[in-house]
Amino acid sequence: MADIKVSNLNLWYGDFQALINVNAYFTQKQITAMIGPSGCGKSTLLRVFNRMNDLIEGVRVSGEVLIDTQNIISEETDLVSLRKKVGMVFQRPNPFPLSIYENIAFGQRVHAEGLTKFKLDEIVRDSLQSVLLWDELKDKLNKSALTLSLEQKQRLCIARLIAVKPDILLMDEPCSTLDPQGTSRIEELMRELKNNYTIIIVTHNMQQAARVSDETGFMLLGELVEFGKTQDIFTNPKDKRTEDYITGRYG
Amino acid sequence: MRNTQRSQKIAFFFLFLATLLIVLPVGLIVVIIAQKGMPAINWQFLSDIPRQGMRAGGIFPAIVGTFYLVFGALFFALPMGLLAAVYLSEYAKENLLNRIIKLAIINLSGVPSVVYGLFGLALFVVFLKFGASILSGSLTLGIMILPIIITTSREALESVPQSFREVSLSLGASKWQTIRHIVLPNAIPGILTGTILGLGRAAGETAPILFTVAAFYLPRLPKSIFDQAMALPYHLYVISTQVPNVDEKVRYGTALVLLFLVLVMNLVAIIIRYNFRKKKKW
Repeated sequence: MADIKVSNLNLWYGDFQALINVNAYFTQKQITAMIGPSGCGKSTLLRVFNRMNDLIEGVRVSGEVLIDTQNIISEETDLVSLRKKVGMVFQRPNPFPLSIYENIAFGQRVHAEGLTKFKLDEIVRDSLQSVLLWDELKDKLNKSALTLSLEQKQRLCIARLIAVKPDILLMDEPCSTLDPQGTSRIEELMRELKNNYTIIIVTHNMQQAARVSDETGFMLLGELVEFGKTQDIFTNPKDKRTEDYITGRYG
Repeated sequence: MRNTQRSQKIAFFFLFLATLLIVLPVGLIVVIIAQKGMPAINWQFLSDIPRQGMRAGGIFPAIVGTFYLVFGALFFALPMGLLAAVYLSEYAKENLLNRIIKLAIINLSGVPSVVYGLFGLALFVVFLKFGASILSGSLTLGIMILPIIITTSREALESVPQSFREVSLSLGASKWQTIRHIVLPNAIPGILTGTILGLGRAAGETAPILFTVAAFYLPRLPKSIFDQAMALPYHLYVISTQVPNVDEKVRYGTALVLLFLVLVMNLVAIIIRYNFRKKKKW
């Protein structure tokens, strides 16, 4: 289990400052939603936690992000073990062009070479069970993952992540390509998963944030404007800008 | 209204004509060479050594020599080209050195093949003292097809969606594991296609082997990589220009065999690419 403590976090893409002095505390076994208009920095913040911003050239970060007492933005951070602990679900479901089985086994193939077939089968089964796909797919594990529906693909991606046994799940608009039924089933899954994981979800969809999250952060132009219990943010926002956003005055 | 219709028809006609003109020479080449060369093709022609000063007998040593050279070139060019492509597509940052490397590759593909021949002569035959040999010829052809292999492999690697790399990294795979498990397997068909196209090119070139390996007349098979060898394109050149009174069907028969080899290679490349496109769904 892991909390995330963010202190005085700043991030620049070249000359552009994308995150401005962000302070926040993400509690374990909770769903925290990050909301805000496009380009406010919520995805960038998410990508700080598993250091995916490193892939972009010219990114600079200052401040402190503590996960289990370790400042993960320091140079010495072991990215492999960080990313094993902090997993990510992407906006577009993106299974590998491999079989369903191999998609889930990928993490083990990379992290624990030479696992017995029996152990691997067990991990695949457990992972699929935890995203409620096992009964649907147990007879076609060798089929290509690309044949699944969008929602199934997104579940598979979550299962692939769970197989690596992370503590924290970062979800970057995980439902934005799904239809309403798919969305509500993924949300149900998130409520299920929060018993075991720290979940941070970035979403455009304010209703979704209100439905699934325990705490909510509202971001605007790189600043974390307000952060608190979801109920408070939506019923009694303290900042005028938060109120304007959730009442639909912009965004 | 009628006017636009008519000008559209005229435009279509010329566009179609231009397209047809591209197909025509290819078709004619194949038809003429097949027509004139077919009578020469029989088992003896394919399996016997040249006899009577190359006016009779077969072209077996030249076929074998061409195979040796093509696969020799592949042996050197594929690993080097593939590694270079992986570096350029996955690791290289945009800086002066890498811009120079990319420029060099583009220029390498524009170098006339006879220049490769002279270069091979100077470097491999004379300076490294490999002599005129299969080794020298393979290395020269290898360098010639290197840009083709690098360029097509790089395209194949870069066509693997960025999202695959991101997911793999986000699951804690290292960069090298990502390349090995995700990027390379998905790029293999493209790499293969480029490689085979390179092979076709290597099989058909005369100039690079002219000074580095090709034997005028060597009625036996090469014994080692330090041996000279006959090769189809050079043999064709020799019997067409250097040896008097060679029967026309022998010349066209040789051309047909060479053309057939190259076309088959290209066909294989096309089939691989076709199957790959059909399968890919992202």
